[in-house]
Amino acid sequence: MIKLKVNGTDRSFDGDPDMPLLWYLRDVLGLTGTKFGCGIALCGACTVHKNGEAIRSCVTPMSAAAGSDIRTIEDLGANLLHPVQEAWMQVNVPQCGYCQSGQIMQAISLLKSNPHPSDQEIDDAMVGNICRCGTYQRIRQAIKLAAGKIA
Amino acid sequence: MSQIQNVSRRRFLQGAFGAGALILAARYVPAMRMNGYPTDGQTDADRATLHPNVFVGIQQDGTIYIVAHRSEMGTTIRTSLPLVLADELDADWKQVKIDQAIGDKRYGDQNTDGSHSIRSFYDTMRECGAAARWMLIQAAAQQWRVPASECSTELHAVVHKATGRRLGYGELASEAARLSVPKKEQSQVKTPSEWRYIRKGMTSVDLENLCTGKAMYGMDARLDGMVYASIEHPPVFGGKIKSLDDQEALKVAGVQQTVSLDPFKPPAAFQPLGGVAVIADNTWAAFQGRKKLKITWENGPNESYDSVEYKKQLRETAHKPGKLIRSVGDSGKEFPTGNNVVEADYYVPLLAHVPMEPMVALAEFKDGKVTAWAPTQNPQAVQAIVSSELGIPVQDVVCHVTLLGGGFGRKSKPDYVAEAAVLSKKLGHPVKVVWTREDDVKFDYYNAVASMYMKAAVDGKGKPTAWLQRSVFPPITSIFDVNAVYGDPPHLAQGWTDLPYDLPSIRIENGPAQAHVRIGWLRSVANIYHAFAIQCFTDELAHRANRDPVEYMLDLVGPPRTLDFTNVDYPNYGADYKTYPWETGRLRKVIEMAADKSGWAKKKSTKGHGFGFAAHRSFLTYVATVVEVEVTDDGEIRIPRVDTALDAGLVVNPEATRAQFEGAVVFGTSIVRSGEITAKNGAIQQSNFNDYPVARINEVPAQTNVYITESSAPPAGVGEPGVPPFVAAFCNAIFAATGKRVRDLPLSSNSLFG
Repeated sequence: MIKLKVNGTDRSFDGDPDMPLLWYLRDVLGLTGTKFGCGIALCGACTVHKNGEAIRSCVTPMSAAAGSDIRTIEDLGANLLHPVQEAWMQVNVPQCGYCQSGQIMQAISLLKSNPHPSDQEIDDAMVGNICRCGTYQRIRQAIKLAAGKIA
Repeated sequence: MSQIQNVSRRRFLQGAFGAGALILAARYVPAMRMNGYPTDGQTDADRATLHPNVFVGIQQDGTIYIVAHRSEMGTTIRTSLPLVLADELDADWKQVKIDQAIGDKRYGDQNTDGSHSIRSFYDTMRECGAAARWMLIQAAAQQWRVPASECSTELHAVVHKATGRRLGYGELASEAARLSVPKKEQSQVKTPSEWRYIRKGMTSVDLENLCTGKAMYGMDARLDGMVYASIEHPPVFGGKIKSLDDQEALKVAGVQQTVSLDPFKPPAAFQPLGGVAVIADNTWAAFQGRKKLKITWENGPNESYDSVEYKKQLRETAHKPGKLIRSVGDSGKEFPTGNNVVEADYYVPLLAHVPMEPMVALAEFKDGKVTAWAPTQNPQAVQAIVSSELGIPVQDVVCHVTLLGGGFGRKSKPDYVAEAAVLSKKLGHPVKVVWTREDDVKFDYYNAVASMYMKAAVDGKGKPTAWLQRSVFPPITSIFDVNAVYGDPPHLAQGWTDLPYDLPSIRIENGPAQAHVRIGWLRSVANIYHAFAIQCFTDELAHRANRDPVEYMLDLVGPPRTLDFTNVDYPNYGADYKTYPWETGRLRKVIEMAADKSGWAKKKSTKGHGFGFAAHRSFLTYVATVVEVEVTDDGEIRIPRVDTALDAGLVVNPEATRAQFEGAVVFGTSIVRSGEITAKNGAIQQSNFNDYPVARINEVPAQTNVYITESSAPPAGVGEPGVPPFVAAFCNAIFAATGKRVRDLPLSSNSLFG
């Protein structure tokens, strides 16, 4: 039996310990804000926080999530929008939006460790998150805007 | 795995669509309703008190429902078209709710491709809004016993200025509903000075949902009792199962069964490819089961397809006389020879769409009818293919359109939705088919691989006296006709037939090529390879003549005029040529605008730092682009800045338009840097973002500036036209910085750069 916390709620799971966290979140818990994009940690659409750090849930087996505190995009917007989400809206970042849950989770993790990232540091932190619509320019703007709001 | 199943059934799967949704599932119901997904095919607009046409309904509480019948894949069309109707209605946008239409021919065309949603439905939206407004005015005038001509509208209300009386739209809805719907000539559309929203635009109605994970894509659709399917397709196009051993697959926890699917009957069109489906309790189990399948395949005639050989064949064909597409002057005469003749071959490989959301669909076959939930660009095509695959009437196929996690043309082809419907009929449950990224890369409808042969004889100033261009590519029509080998007029018209140069002799040809994979539309389609060849070859000639590329281009384009396509098969993107003529003056203006805004005149390319330029009309929109690149000594290429100027006629939503052009340069960056699909022994060699890389944040232009021409010309396309000139301008900038000419895409497999 694997025990973990998802968005503040205690959960237990007795299925295949190799099942990636992504599919547990999506198919079992119905938390569909976290997206499937590549399945091999190349696109970042599945990014969630594990104990506060951005991870790729598509390659994180349930066995590795045991005992951890998992936070997803649903947790962010539950009550009040996170400053990063507000910035995303203000800059009008999303086009199709499919990758944006992952982008936002990655950006929050960046700003936690580095409240005022440079362009280079933004690129370094966001390079694992693909946006096929090509919203990168606005993602950069939004991260800078959010940095100002958080600080 | 039984735990998953129980938890799923009990708590979640029954959620969004079933009765008795429990806690977590219930959270999703309001989000979906908020997005306006109808449950029974009828829209809220249909059910509203005042319902003058299929696109709008007005309730007594003032709520206005406007139907979005086009698919939202990131262009903001779900907002921009309803906004036009709301403007004509003088509706308060805050009181407007968007209904997403199911596939239904009563809305007219719903294939959201070809950058024509605004162009094709702008007038319809205006007329529908104006009709509703006219009825509300009549109702108020009757109530006040004054002539309708004394009444007008303000935001969401009819007013009688002389007496200061005022009635809200909600208050008037019932009375207005008694009136007959006006004829088109009775109700008048606004003048541009009266517009509230058109030209100003509005952010996406989905914006908050897109930033909070609440937006519902095809990948997120769920039904009570559904099973998950993952399908092993034949690795070679047209292949069949020879033998199947599924014993190990069935041992995987959560796998329920396997189902063999019939191969398609040529031509492939939108039929499923066939293969073996693994049915499971959850997506992961289905994926795992697939890995354990032991299948041998009968590959069929496409087994010999090899991209290296194929490239050579295309090039050979391009060097032979082809089918004449257009001739200007004495182009039939023998081409001049000698030192003043320049030749070049250009090549663009197969390209994949790879939208972030892989193909996915949920379908339920019940009582002889199918209900599907799909991220589709073309719900009426879903109805058609499901109808023919299952042998049921078209009207018995209901296709709900979810949000699309990207489309770029791939999701106009509904083979994946048909798979879900076929499986649901076989299994008696709702079935969700989920493609992996590998499936998406290997079983796409690829943008055609193309070879272009370019030839010019030039005078003392380097200006062509004779021009020959010949393209060869397997046509999209090959998916509908196995014998199709020549480019069809609509796709040749994409930047090939319509070479806008003012030259004494022009010969435009096309040669034959047999398709060995499915060919399809991808953002800007044939314009990609056509503009690449023409615009880069033009740049070659400019440099050869030591002339400024912008000045040279303007010289070739010649004076402002309307291109004459008498006796030329030029479909013009399906638009009436009188309404949307090809005007070189408009191309000249965007060229001058891009040059001016980028400071072109002051830019001097040096080693390692270059500026490139290109201009192109596609989807009736004129675009010119300047790209700045930096190339390090070890060959690394950065793009500090892009300036792109456009004339798309009237622009309804400028902010969304800017976003489309910003995105287009990123799309083009992927094409230039690394876009390449290849086949060996008939099978596609790429699989995921490792071997089919797309541009990441550190590879794209650091700054893209978009300049929109203020225009009162009828609206044209904005989703696609940014791609073709960027691709060429980027390559021209690389030449300016390195002296190395990019004739073969992508850079990653070009021996000069890779």
